[in-house]
Amino acid sequence: MILENFTIASLKEAYKNNKFTVTEVVQAYLDRINERNKLTNTYVLIADEFALKQANALDEAWQQDASLVDKLPLFGVPMGVKDNFTTQGLETTACSNILKGYVPPFNAPCVDKLYAAGAVCLGKINTDEMTCGASTETSCFGVTKNPYDHERVSGGSSGGSASMISENLGVFSTGTDTGGSIRLPASFCNAFGVKCTYGRVSRSGVLSMASSLDTVAPLTKTALDGAIVLNVMAGKCDKDATTIETTEDFTSELGMELKGLKIGVPKEYFEHGTDSEVSSLVRKALDFYKSQGAELIDLSLPMTKYGVAVYYIVSPSEVATNMQRYDGIKFGQIASDAENLDDFYKKVKSRGFGPEMKRRIMVGNYVLSAESYEAYYIKAQKVRTLIINEFADAFQKCDVLMAPVAATAAFKIGEKAGDPVAMYTTDALAIPSAIAGLPGVSVPAGFTEAGLPVGLQILVAQRKEALMFGVAKAFEDATEYYKRVPA
Amino acid sequence: MITREQVLKIARLSKFDLTEQEIEMYQKQLSEILGFVDQLNEVDTSEVEPTFQVTGLSGVCRLDEVTESQASFTDLLNVTDLPKVAHQILVKKVL
Repeated sequence: MILENFTIASLKEAYKNNKFTVTEVVQAYLDRINERNKLTNTYVLIADEFALKQANALDEAWQQDASLVDKLPLFGVPMGVKDNFTTQGLETTACSNILKGYVPPFNAPCVDKLYAAGAVCLGKINTDEMTCGASTETSCFGVTKNPYDHERVSGGSSGGSASMISENLGVFSTGTDTGGSIRLPASFCNAFGVKCTYGRVSRSGVLSMASSLDTVAPLTKTALDGAIVLNVMAGKCDKDATTIETTEDFTSELGMELKGLKIGVPKEYFEHGTDSEVSSLVRKALDFYKSQGAELIDLSLPMTKYGVAVYYIVSPSEVATNMQRYDGIKFGQIASDAENLDDFYKKVKSRGFGPEMKRRIMVGNYVLSAESYEAYYIKAQKVRTLIINEFADAFQKCDVLMAPVAATAAFKIGEKAGDPVAMYTTDALAIPSAIAGLPGVSVPAGFTEAGLPVGLQILVAQRKEALMFGVAKAFEDATEYYKRVPA
Repeated sequence: MITREQVLKIARLSKFDLTEQEIEMYQKQLSEILGFVDQLNEVDTSEVEPTFQVTGLSGVCRLDEVTESQASFTDLLNVTDLPKVAHQILVKKVL
């Protein structure tokens, strides 16, 4: 078959018209992955056999029950799963050497939900090591190249999940966003990246990075697809006490009226080194909304500039705590040459973790130490409160906030290597909302003169995802940038 | 500025064996990172409470019931490459 640039919606339409079997579609994607994956290094594990088995089971069930296509929201939809999602029978490493060879005996509950909804797993997708990074350069499998320019990064940590979308190596992917890890790569790769409210999707079985910040959500081609997948993934889970009740349908505001919508435009997001091409593409998007009757409200969010500093205290603290479990005993790499238990731990951790992980673990252990705890950790959590309050005030004045996702388009591979602070500030415009647990999306907003994608960031108050999808879809329908595939 | 001794102490707490080159690199980078986050001292937080949980949940409980797990006890035990004795993982001696 000829592989069309399927969305979930268009693929399901094709199934309904009996154009293909699931096996045909899955085989076509696998063929494409096996041919093209080397160009970008998107998949770190291609699950041919596993995917075809799933496809075959769906085809057989379909023969028994023709209505299955309607019943299952993701019937026969091929997906890529970020490598920090626990997948039964498929090696799960979060792209860290410390977990090489780990094949979990269970699925993350959100993966189970996706399978139950009919999604097919094509393989595991590249990420920064333990999702710590903004470029996938810290992955033990090497960087994922940007589909629009192979000399540039795809962003991170969900860089593979984003490049998968524009490379058309699957219909949707899963991602995690702790401080921009879905929105940034989506912006760099012309994907639709969803970050949901903290607690919207169960984190159980998704390898923890920073537990008070980690969120789980999909990357797709379109807003409709994003809402469909989030409908499947969201909900309370007894294995994650931080999950929130979900009763709404995230597709409910698609097609909404923009007239009267109040859009807050925070000036700080356009200052501090935001590239003029990026600003002008985002301003164009704002003009579109204005032309549709929305009201633009200029705002100031002065706490924005402290976001990265708060994040690089809170997140390493939680990283250091979460990484304790990788001690080589219950899973992952072991050290056969160790003399005693302490030596075993040291060898496992020193060999298993890459430089960025060591850096974050050490920063975390330093700021959590008795003499630094108040000055760093508690101080950061207090500034976090101020950031949260500032967003709350903003959402008294407007329905959504709009801004760039990042100050620049995709940067060159190696450009920020060796300068951790420069790499950390890459997420300066994505971090503040993550600190406040807010949902947001990156929606494709056009291309720079050099042909690099730029994303428009739409932020809403907690639990307002339906509004966010509706607002995003209006712009997407008017522009259809997602249809512009890499050369 | 982080001292060499502080780097060694944090590395010991983190169970990392660092090479001479790594010690130098992390001393520089950790100092830069901590120097960067020091800007928070510009913010007056004397009247502010810290936030640890962003959606306002507290005291979340569930019933203390035995539930079926996808992975059996043996499945979980079989994940490690370390030797097993009587359904327990055999580790190196502590001392």
